[in-house]
Amino acid sequence: MSGILASMIDGVLVGAVYGLAAMGLSLIWGVMDVINLTHGSMIALGMFCMYLLFGALGINPYGLLLPTMGAGLLLGFVIYWLAVHWVVGRSMLMSLLSTFAVNMMVIGIGTAVWSTSPYNVNFVLPGITIGAYTFTGNHIAAAISAVVIALALQFFLYRTRTGKAIRAVADNREAAELMGISSTAVLSIAFAIGIALACISGALVSTLFPFTILSGAGYQLKSFVVTILAGLGKPFGALVAGVLLGLLEGVVTPFIAVSWIPLIEFGLFVVVLVAFPQGIFGKRAAA
Amino acid sequence: MKQLTLLAIVLFFLVLSGFAQQPITIGFTVSKTGALNVDSLEQYRGFELWRDQVNAGGGIKAGGKSYKVQFASYDDESNSKRVQQLYSRMILEDKADFLFSPYSSPLTATASVVTEQYERIMLTTGAAEPKTYTLGNQYLFQMFAPAPEYLKVALDALKTKDPKATVALVFEDSSFSVAVVTPAKAYAQQLGFNVVFSEAYAPNTTDFSAIIDKVIASKATVLLGGGHYADGSTLARQLYGHKVPLKMLTLLVAPDSSQWTELGDAALGVMVPSQWEPQSAFKAQYGPSGADFAKAYTAKYNAPPSYESAGGYGCGLILQRAIEQAGGIDSAKVAQALNATDVTTFYGRTKFSTAANEHGLQAGHSMVLAQWQKDKSGKPVKEVVWPLAGKSASLIYPIH
Repeated sequence: MSGILASMIDGVLVGAVYGLAAMGLSLIWGVMDVINLTHGSMIALGMFCMYLLFGALGINPYGLLLPTMGAGLLLGFVIYWLAVHWVVGRSMLMSLLSTFAVNMMVIGIGTAVWSTSPYNVNFVLPGITIGAYTFTGNHIAAAISAVVIALALQFFLYRTRTGKAIRAVADNREAAELMGISSTAVLSIAFAIGIALACISGALVSTLFPFTILSGAGYQLKSFVVTILAGLGKPFGALVAGVLLGLLEGVVTPFIAVSWIPLIEFGLFVVVLVAFPQGIFGKRAAA
Repeated sequence: MKQLTLLAIVLFFLVLSGFAQQPITIGFTVSKTGALNVDSLEQYRGFELWRDQVNAGGGIKAGGKSYKVQFASYDDESNSKRVQQLYSRMILEDKADFLFSPYSSPLTATASVVTEQYERIMLTTGAAEPKTYTLGNQYLFQMFAPAPEYLKVALDALKTKDPKATVALVFEDSSFSVAVVTPAKAYAQQLGFNVVFSEAYAPNTTDFSAIIDKVIASKATVLLGGGHYADGSTLARQLYGHKVPLKMLTLLVAPDSSQWTELGDAALGVMVPSQWEPQSAFKAQYGPSGADFAKAYTAKYNAPPSYESAGGYGCGLILQRAIEQAGGIDSAKVAQALNATDVTTFYGRTKFSTAANEHGLQAGHSMVLAQWQKDKSGKPVKEVVWPLAGKSASLIYPIH
């Protein structure tokens, strides 16, 4: 196997997790028009949730994704009612400041509790070796989990009554309310799902890499790139865009120093913003 | 009689004032948070143990006085901006008499700008990058052997085992690691090794997959590099997870920590250039023996000391000796005593360069190479494998 092919496979595997991380941000942004700056700290809390549950129960960490999702949903409702509900529909600066404040509180409390020392979830799945290259079992399992969760979300949004209500509110809140949909309830559910997705992606990342309470910030930045790439409010598009971003990393890294990757990613971010403001999966504005 | 009583009272107060304990304030920052947290904490413990032992013994005795040691210490968050603010604060508000360095070369370089500006002595430990000592500083004294010495020991050992090894250099893009790896690359080529891959990574890297794929493609048989604990432990874990068939893996700093064993099997065989190991049998002319230091440290912290801890304690010892020799805490006299220092403690020989172009650079200390091996009961243990004269076990090569 050639080095570039191995690098591309590694890129796709980790890209699926980038995609999952971005899905929550994309959902909240698309439905509520709120840029959720707690996203990074929620990813970090997902990492610690997995760490604590795995330490306490010692079972297969992929079986702990469900309780992590439950904790994320609960946390999402709490944050929504404490800090977000009051600023929905107001200036975007208000929601930015509000979610940023919550983010700083979570980081502050997390730093006091766990410091910023690195933590690990010590769980290793056997990998697959092809020639000189080994793809770790944890990467493969995380990518599969991300795809399954993305499909489940897609099913939820398109096949269930609540999911359809979320899409209706995202499309036209007033019209949805006229149809008897409680937009407040729907927004709180959408926010909670977004936070739960951030927590689950953090939980999956914790099985791949060491982490600290500050680790979510890097994934939050990648989530912005992926969300812009996919277009707002396109959660499944975010997964595909995440995979594409990972693939891009995989293709270019054999030829350039790894430290140049952020430059390429954020260069892409600017190009997409300018050339495809609706995202590559978004609807084109009518001429 | 009255005169005699008065004389006795005066004498009593004179004697009392002569032996009165004065506090001496030493300022430094600790990276309680941020990427340098693990290594910095170990350094701090060395400072703390030294202070507690000195104070338990009645303080530093110099010029007929006894100085109790107190610390002015803050969290620098592994951030050089904080270091700049806090070292100014410790000098101006806390009235620190002397300074110890923060952990790491970049933070120390920042702190040194402030301490030199105020002409305060700063003993540096946990900071091996030599450039700071070539800038004409007069009050800066380095405890660690300079960065170019780090990988020389590993390359010398490799030369005896496998002169045809192909070398990959993968290192943190920080001033310390670059200062270590740049001369190491030249030294490797001078020894006749083929350096087939060399790349720096960002200090906060957690995913090394791309670099590991490149190392495999380069067909390197030996990897040298790393940086600090967070990145080094991650790199080792992922090299192991990807089953990279390396015959030798030498990383900077990280494998010296007692936390290294948390990596499980990935920890084994990894080597670390070390400023000090408990097995290092230096005959101390001043201060405790290595065994006494290690015993006291382990009893207090329930973990064996790392070389960062030893550097921290050694830093205190050297300052203590200089104050004793200067007969007080006058900065100029203590600096003079430090310039004249040439002493062996449990930590090894300490001598500071007095040459104008590298004043304060460590000129006496030498390094060893340690490797994580299994002891007879199968538990991971760090052994000194180089130089051969001081080895506690034979070098295991190849590791896979």
